[in-house]
Amino acid sequence: MNNLTIKKITKQENCTTVDKATIVASMDKKTMMTIYRDMIRTRELDNGIEELLKRGESITQHSTRGQEATPIATIANLRKNDYVMPYHRGWGWAIGKGMNFKEIMAELINKKTGSNRGRGGPQLASWENRIMGRPGIQGAHLSIAVGIALSIKYRKTDEVVVCFFGNGSSNSGNLHESLNMASTWKVPVVFIVENNLYEIYEPITDTTSVSDIADRALGHGLEGTIIDGNDAFLVYKVVGEAIEKARRGEGPSLIETKTYRWMGHSSNDQRYYGGYRSKEEVDAWKEKCPISLMEKDLIAFGVATQAELDEIQKAAVEEKQAAVQFAIDSPYPEYEDLLTDNYADEKEGL
Amino acid sequence: MADEKITYAKAIRQAIVEEMHRDENIIVMGQDIRQSVWGVTTGIDNDFDMSRIYPLPISENGFCGVATGAAMTGLRPVVEFMYGDFLLLAMDAICNQAAKYRYMCGGGEFKIPVVFRVSGTGIGSGSGQHHAQYPESWVMHFPGLKIVTPSTANDAYGLMKTAIRDNNPVLFFEYKQLFGKFGTLESTEPIPFGKAKITKEGSDVTIVTYGTAAPKSLAAAQKLETEGIHAEVIDLRTIKPLDKECILKSVEKTNKLIIVEDSIKTGGVGAEIAAIAAEEAVGYLDGAILRVAGKDTSMPAGKMLEIQVVPSENDIIKAVKSLL
Ligand SMILES: Cc1ncc(C[n+]2csc(CCOP(=O)(O)OP(=O)(O)O)c2C)c(N)n1
Repeated sequence: MNNLTIKKITKQENCTTVDKATIVASMDKKTMMTIYRDMIRTRELDNGIEELLKRGESITQHSTRGQEATPIATIANLRKNDYVMPYHRGWGWAIGKGMNFKEIMAELINKKTGSNRGRGGPQLASWENRIMGRPGIQGAHLSIAVGIALSIKYRKTDEVVVCFFGNGSSNSGNLHESLNMASTWKVPVVFIVENNLYEIYEPITDTTSVSDIADRALGHGLEGTIIDGNDAFLVYKVVGEAIEKARRGEGPSLIETKTYRWMGHSSNDQRYYGGYRSKEEVDAWKEKCPISLMEKDLIAFGVATQAELDEIQKAAVEEKQAAVQFAIDSPYPEYEDLLTDNYADEKEGL
Repeated sequence: MADEKITYAKAIRQAIVEEMHRDENIIVMGQDIRQSVWGVTTGIDNDFDMSRIYPLPISENGFCGVATGAAMTGLRPVVEFMYGDFLLLAMDAICNQAAKYRYMCGGGEFKIPVVFRVSGTGIGSGSGQHHAQYPESWVMHFPGLKIVTPSTANDAYGLMKTAIRDNNPVLFFEYKQLFGKFGTLESTEPIPFGKAKITKEGSDVTIVTYGTAAPKSLAAAQKLETEGIHAEVIDLRTIKPLDKECILKSVEKTNKLIIVEDSIKTGGVGAEIAAIAAEEAVGYLDGAILRVAGKDTSMPAGKMLEIQVVPSENDIIKAVKSLL
């Protein structure tokens, strides 16, 4: 009667390991080569954007460089009619889900031939590829992803939504509202947080109460998972399991992938190397390049020959060149185009 | 149906229930949606399976994002805000996302058929600063939204049907002071947006109004009639789209314009209408454009106090007389 309970709750960590050879053995060559190819293509797309920027084009560019593995290997698990809710970091999700270079580049320089008719710019979307829009407001997409997952559950299909975000927007109230609702309703959404340790110029330690974003799952009745985000094989496997869980109707997951951006936050950021980040730190992460890592693995496990990989690189450069030219040659939207599509079933003069 | 009396709250409910029977992609969402503070969706779980009813947490911005995502992928969510004031918490989800999403994504298949029921709007419960505001004009600025402000049971019913069938985000305002008011339904048909209703014809002065200000404007006009002053009263019913044509035609006839609204005067709906009249009807006007509106103050708590900062019938009568 006089024994009053005080309950304390602490976090528990549980580390397991997985043999990469087993993962490789479980995957078919086509999937592995697709992941490799799309990482190479993503890096080439970044190169193409650099070329356009040098020509003086106005582009909002948040380089993918160094972070290719997480989006590409994640999406390699998806089917055509699964949904992707992207965020601002890079274009790996667009490439991985099936958008082509031409429609991306044309959109980024606001041409009529772009995926969103030139008016969305970096806010890429593609209904055909189920890429559901990339709002410019950090964290706004998290709850939209839950809504899409809710409608999947309502329609009783086995589709899933994959929703990407950064460590920075994990600080938004939107994340907590979204995790709470997703977990309460057990809807098929897989949240992937790419933790690249910075929020523009601020190191995560100055803005964020936890160093592992996965901790934030715990408060919402979910388990958090942390993996190396630069290892495409590991990302493919771990995210793949979460996606299958979602397909089975067993609810959402949160997976944190540790990674690093090589370049500045955006093309305006000139202090990323030796400014707010030491050169040593950046160089050490470049040693963990996701593309070099996969290249080594593909050869070591006898999946591909160097010649095959070189061929992929060559094709990506050609694809990029054609797309840069296509974007430059494409017309801008007409003035009237700027004023349409504010409404569906639009009548003049609303 | 003609003479059967129904309250404003029950009329909204009837429209939602009928639409839900018609289209199984319609879902309802809201805090305490089954109990329903305002009696609109009370007991809706007796009519429909819980898969179509979503009790919501206190996550206004989050749940409006959820509704937006669900709307984009085949559902037609009807989402309740318990109080109009809470709209401020969801300005991003509604005005930055739902409103702009189609444009941002390049049109085509991207459509957002969602109704945000901004329930419990305005004074009536004496709850003070955060439970009694009139947010209609806050959202009027944003392309991509439609805004409905019904003042009668009939309009609420017909406009709710249109709101649910619309393929765009619609903000549907519901007023505390009107929930219990009885009316009759004139038809089961949806009422089109952008068509104002002339609730009283007159030739001396045009009174443009909407929402809770509409019934008192009409009452004021009826009193004035007994004194031989013929006011025309236009109930906008939807403020976006706005029936400009109806307003301008009336001003052309009466040459005088007063806008009556319960919301705060500065940056209000009345300011927009006055500006339109100044731009497009100045040749017809032979007097100042007057706004009879809420005071520029935070809302005081208590029924005795709140009533004093929104226009009264008398304020409207005085404004009309000052113009004549
Ligand atoms: C609501 C909101 N606040 C601020 C910004 C500006 N902003 C854009 S990206 C960014 C940092 C995001 O950091 P993180 O989520 O870690 O992603 P990263 O850029 O590191 O990939 C900020 C603050 C924004 N777009 N939206």
